[in-house]
Amino acid sequence: MGKKMHITMTVNGKEEEFLAEPRELLIYTLRERLNYTGPHIGCETSHCGACTVEVNGKSVKACTMFVAQADGTDVTTIEGIGGPDALHPLQEAFREHHGLQCGYCTPGMITRARKLLEENPNPSEEEIRFGMAGNICRCTGYQNIVKSIQAAATQIEAAKEAAE
Amino acid sequence: MIPAAFDYYRPDTIAGVLEILEEHGDDARVMAGGHSLIPMMKLRMADIPHLIDLQAVEELNGIDIRSGEVRLGAMTTQHDIINHAELTTACPILREASLQIADPQVRYMGTVGGNVANGDPGNDMPGLMQCLDAQFVLVGPDGERTVAARDFYEAAYMTDREDEEILTTVIVPFHGRGYAYEKQKRKIGDYATAAAAVTLTNDQGMCVAASIAMTNLSDTPIWSEEAGQALEGTGVDDDAVNAAVEAMLGDIDPQEDNRGPVAFKNHVAGIILKRAITRAWDRAEGRA
Ligand SMILES: Cc1cc2nc3c(=O)[nH]c(=O)nc-3n(C[C@H](O)[C@H](O)[C@H](O)COP(=O)(O)OP(=O)(O)OC[C@H]3O[C@@H](n4cnc5c(N)ncnc54)[C@H](O)[C@@H]3O)c2cc1C
Ligand code: FES
Ligand code: FES
Repeated sequence: MGKKMHITMTVNGKEEEFLAEPRELLIYTLRERLNYTGPHIGCETSHCGACTVEVNGKSVKACTMFVAQADGTDVTTIEGIGGPDALHPLQEAFREHHGLQCGYCTPGMITRARKLLEENPNPSEEEIRFGMAGNICRCTGYQNIVKSIQAAATQIEAAKEAAE
Repeated sequence: MIPAAFDYYRPDTIAGVLEILEEHGDDARVMAGGHSLIPMMKLRMADIPHLIDLQAVEELNGIDIRSGEVRLGAMTTQHDIINHAELTTACPILREASLQIADPQVRYMGTVGGNVANGDPGNDMPGLMQCLDAQFVLVGPDGERTVAARDFYEAAYMTDREDEEILTTVIVPFHGRGYAYEKQKRKIGDYATAAAAVTLTNDQGMCVAASIAMTNLSDTPIWSEEAGQALEGTGVDDDAVNAAVEAMLGDIDPQEDNRGPVAFKNHVAGIILKRAITRAWDRAEGRA
């Protein structure tokens, strides 16, 4: 029982292949096996959203998925969204509008916000608060997180229009 | 939080699932979205040597809208329900309730089959399905059978489903314009302190049919026939609403826990039920 499985998955566009026990939680696969330490562990009990990643286009709490379930999937972490050399508009907006203080929740916030804006490019404040309800922040009081997401939405829309 | 070790299976047909269940009996369990099961496994409150992931079983997907009823494949997620326009037209209460379950991340994963099969008194869909008089289709080694949601729940985590059966489909009859799902919770993402599902049918200002169920106020959902009858034949005036609340309070059996003492839960149950009835009736009369 519990024999290791042969797992393949794409993480941030890169094909990964390894052996793992099926019970390994995806958050540990990403952080400890593949060294993507962007997604954080806040609670480990499915409540805080710090571990949020995208799996096959869904926002998922990586502490609540077995690596076995993620076999064959396409995973995106904050590292795949943008980095110091090329910030994603959401990252830029969080910096500009003080959308973070300690930064612990931020990778999960931005990963979730990206999906939210994909589904709803022009959300109201209420829609942002509802769509971000799975992500907890102990520092900011959320005001500046909402502002950052609104600013990024405007930015992304403007860039889209400019491209057309 | 490391769960006990298990062997993992990902069959792609119902027959394949049943075969593994039959082979391993009690030692095997199916997993849908895993958002009730994985937390239990991480706490080692569930030890499942053989875990059968249903994600590849295509037969369990799909939202099939027919005349007068909707058939939801067991693997339909809360996110699927929320974003299905035709379903919302046919059965708007499903969306209204789904939006009040958990948070966005959980709703991408949590399925209707897992929610109703789980047997946790905190789950919202069992009470909802009792209100709507939904039917659950189960398949096992002896073939298929259908059980009414109102007959399915025996006690916390105890249902009419046999170990070697899986739930394939939830059949939901259309409901009319008078509906409401109302829920009190401590914060977004929390289970209900009390929740009420109500459907009412209006005929020229008179309530001619009413169905009422409540969640997390007993070790099973409570569909109260008497509460519904208290509204039938009335104009849903204050007296009728109070009588319905009284009937419901007589049928529930809340326990003290971290959501509050018994007196508080009865109080919240009454308020939530009143709000649900009022909103359902406003809609039934075309005011909302
Ligand atoms: C933070 C958080 C908050 C939540 N809040 C709420 C809430 O407010 N309201 C609410 O209702 N739920 C809530 N949930 C639970 C969530 O909706 C679950 O996803 C749902 O209850 C179970 O669905 P699942 O698909 O994840 O099932 P799983 O966890 O995969 O399975 C649950 C149980 O059902 C069985 N099962 C699953 N599918 C089948 C099937 N087809 N046939 C037979 N047995 C089956 C499994 O063996 C298991 O015993 C919350 C969960 C989390 C993590
Ligand atoms: S660490 Fe996964 S939700 Fe908190
Ligand atoms: S910035 Fe500190 S938790 Fe959000």
